[in-house]
Amino acid sequence: MKPIRITNTHQSMTFSRRMLVLGGAQAAIGSLLIGRLGWLAIAQNEKYQLLSESNRVQLIPVPPRRGWIIDRNGKPIAINRASFRVDIIPQQLEKGRDIVPDVARLLDLTEEDVARIRGELAESRGFHPVQVGENVTYEQYAAVTVRLPDLPGVQATRGYSRYYPDGPAVAHLVGYVGTANAKEYEAENKNPLLIIPGFKIGKQGLEKTLEPYLRGVPGGQRIEVTARGKLVKELDPKPDRSGQTVQLTIDQGLQQYAARRMGDQSGALVAMDVTSGDMLAFVSMPAFDPNSFSEGIGRTEWKMLSENDHIPLLNKVAQGLYPSGSTIKPAMALAFLKQGIDPKRRVVCNGGYQIGNRYFRCDAVHGSMDMRSAIERSCNTYFWATGLITDPEQTTEMVNYLGYGEEFDLDIPTQRYGTMPSPKWLEKKYHREWQGYDSANTSIGQGYVLINPMQLAVMPARLASGKLLEPRLLMAKPRKPIAALDVDPAHLAIVRDAMTAVVNEHGTAVASKLPLDGIRMAGKTGTAQVFRLGERGHQGTWALRDHALFIAFAPADKPRYAIGCIIEHGGFGASAAAPIVRDSMTYLFDQQKAWAALEPLEQQWGGTLAERNARELAAFKSASRAGA
Amino acid sequence: MITSAIIPRPLARLPWRLIFLVVSIAAFGVVILYSAAGGSIQPWALKQGIVFLFFLCVAIGMSWIRESTIKAVVFPAYVAIVVLLIAVDGLGFAAKGAQRWLSIGPMNLQPSEFMKPAIALTLARFYELLPAGEVRSWRGIWPAFLLLGVPAFLIVIQPDLGTCIMVVLCGVTVMFLAGLPLWIFIAPAAAVAVAAPIAYSMLHGYQRKRIDVFLDPESDPLGAGYHIAQSKIAIGSGGIWGKGFLHGSQSHLDYLPEGHTDFAFASLAEEWGLVGGVVLIIAFALLVRWGMKVAANGRTRFAQLSAAGLTACIFFYASINLMMVMGLAPVVGVPLPLISYGGSAVMTVMLCIGLLMSLERQQRSHSSPLA
Repeated sequence: MKPIRITNTHQSMTFSRRMLVLGGAQAAIGSLLIGRLGWLAIAQNEKYQLLSESNRVQLIPVPPRRGWIIDRNGKPIAINRASFRVDIIPQQLEKGRDIVPDVARLLDLTEEDVARIRGELAESRGFHPVQVGENVTYEQYAAVTVRLPDLPGVQATRGYSRYYPDGPAVAHLVGYVGTANAKEYEAENKNPLLIIPGFKIGKQGLEKTLEPYLRGVPGGQRIEVTARGKLVKELDPKPDRSGQTVQLTIDQGLQQYAARRMGDQSGALVAMDVTSGDMLAFVSMPAFDPNSFSEGIGRTEWKMLSENDHIPLLNKVAQGLYPSGSTIKPAMALAFLKQGIDPKRRVVCNGGYQIGNRYFRCDAVHGSMDMRSAIERSCNTYFWATGLITDPEQTTEMVNYLGYGEEFDLDIPTQRYGTMPSPKWLEKKYHREWQGYDSANTSIGQGYVLINPMQLAVMPARLASGKLLEPRLLMAKPRKPIAALDVDPAHLAIVRDAMTAVVNEHGTAVASKLPLDGIRMAGKTGTAQVFRLGERGHQGTWALRDHALFIAFAPADKPRYAIGCIIEHGGFGASAAAPIVRDSMTYLFDQQKAWAALEPLEQQWGGTLAERNARELAAFKSASRAGA
Repeated sequence: MITSAIIPRPLARLPWRLIFLVVSIAAFGVVILYSAAGGSIQPWALKQGIVFLFFLCVAIGMSWIRESTIKAVVFPAYVAIVVLLIAVDGLGFAAKGAQRWLSIGPMNLQPSEFMKPAIALTLARFYELLPAGEVRSWRGIWPAFLLLGVPAFLIVIQPDLGTCIMVVLCGVTVMFLAGLPLWIFIAPAAAVAVAAPIAYSMLHGYQRKRIDVFLDPESDPLGAGYHIAQSKIAIGSGGIWGKGFLHGSQSHLDYLPEGHTDFAFASLAEEWGLVGGVVLIIAFALLVRWGMKVAANGRTRFAQLSAAGLTACIFFYASINLMMVMGLAPVVGVPLPLISYGGSAVMTVMLCIGLLMSLERQQRSHSSPLA
């Protein structure tokens, strides 16, 4: 112990001293508290006020209605239908109670749907709604609504869903819409609009490329909510703005007609207005039903579509590439004329032509041919022989100029534009010199020649109009002045005359004359070998048969419309593609006659497109169920 | 003191200024609770008001208790409370859960609450009995540690960290004022300062994380830090003048948890702003200053030490809560006396005030020629 003797006086001095220390400490803490309060309430007031506001006010985005897509005459192509939907909000589910069977019973859900819902519920993030049913009927909606108190976590709402009245006929043109996936959500910086149940964005086709116009501006409902998410009151709402209506150059009637006219064949058809370049039809068949895609396609239907050898999921207009076959010949002829070949110059066809050590066989022994008859009868020998005495580089340039191998400025997501081979291209790509047989192959649209169906329409359109037409899809796009083709009008007249002869004299497509008084169609058939050069025509297996092509314009004397058509593995162009073009062309002049022509065909095929599709799906469903 | 012929002398001799101060604080509290309930006297404001008035009467009644009576009761009361604490812990152990109160009839008795004033009185009494020369000796130290350590241990295992800290701080304050050598206070603090980082480094990741979150709740804004983050938003968004009575969005929309109990000050600052908060802090400061004056003027060693200890109890109650809601201290669950809803805090503080009034009355009666 310390030596100091501690007395009461001493003790009370210590007490007073320490009281002072204690009082000082208390005062210090008091000041600290006031200082802290001031710091929070003054210096950081702005920050905390913001946080408090973001606590209090929640912005619920109100999805805008998607803009319509209409055709050139204002007819609907893609519209919105009032619809009812049912979702489950996992967060609000009662623990230990499985409501899925109840909901499934009310909505008549299939086992497939139930499995999907369970899967999505298992991996859901709590607040993100899981879709139970979209486009349920009013009766089902009502049935769920009255039972809502017994079904915690279930949400029944009314909204709008995308509807394509023409279904598969417009599938590859407009594409479809769907719920945004995680990648798209991230790409838009987690735009809260994208995760609203039922909100769809364009996934394919024009729906995708025109998304900025079609989407519109979401409104906002500003609401005051409690910490538990209970709504207290609605604050001033911000109205949404519907998406713009986009008018296409497409003629909805023709689009639907051509799609139906193709029957069960696999192919593509593009129609153009040769005065403007407006695309009137953009048909790729067979196709999926964009309506079922927009609702989220079932697994069975997806399987059916992806297993189909007619590839309904491929947009053949924009992405299908085919050898042009003899449809290249009018362009070839124009190229020959430009290089000074006399249209009267004759070549004798003995049924074939020897180039180097190889003998190229023609379809027939055509005898003595000039340019006009060679186009009319599609004599390969004439083109082989003439191709060899002209400059392949210049020839290709002309064909390219007329549209083959050209990429067009169109608002479609992807476009494959194929190849028009030339000596320079060959050197660059395959590092070899252009040979005689390359000229021969190219001059009948075989070999390296690959074109898409749009080019198949642009070429006759340019030949018919004598103008450098560019295809157009959107009415609102400014119309640029169209330059005239840099060719001698006299040469064009020769080619047009020969193409008229193809359909109307002794040509390959005389069976496809227009059934109209005073309106004649000009055209050119094409039959593109798929399997092996030299073996023509009727193969037993569908997949090995030749592609059938036809290009046309009408009226022959005063061109108004041009159409290009390819039927995959259709056999001869004259027999498979030309009749479809003929009827579609007829539609443009006389709709009644065209429908009359289609009716017996559809009866023969077993119903309209819609009826056949429904039957096919039903059959596939029962087959896959039986298989499972 | 009000001196008037009309008012009876016992009434006139009450410390009216203090009563006015305490009633003002409690009234402010009732107003806060009224607002926290969304502008309703139910379920909190009315009940709190009644409880306060009851304990105000108790406190005024206590002011007539003599110091000698208090001294006589101190040790038996201390022992009784320790026994009750043991009983509560035993019950809690039996129920396999936290247990803080005993149910006696309609009353829920929370013995740890009584320990806060009791520890101050007990230690004051102990140091009064201890001869002056032995304060700095071992004999002056270990009994005090035992007297403080036993109840602190019993409370912390309940577990009630907030109350335990309060009891320890009250006891340590009395020991400090009693004149214990300074190393008693500095050495443990230094030891903790040295040992804590070492112990921390030896902990497992998850244990460390719990300590991190305890010390810095905002590192876990959706979990433990949610309370404190929301509390700071409420206080900060109030600004200088507040959002106005009944216009606090944080408290009314339930973003502020416990806005009527531990975080009542955040509710207050949100609606009344910096001004309201400072007024309340000053009111508490005046209350504490009054208590400290009572201690300074104490005639006996017991009066000095116990008054200071009781005042410290009030001071720590208020300051720990305020530091907690403003994010200066970890969340330990200490209510703001006279403001937060709940009877026990009112009871404890009013007991302290009652005892202080009693001590103060005796100072006056000694000096007053009338006595």
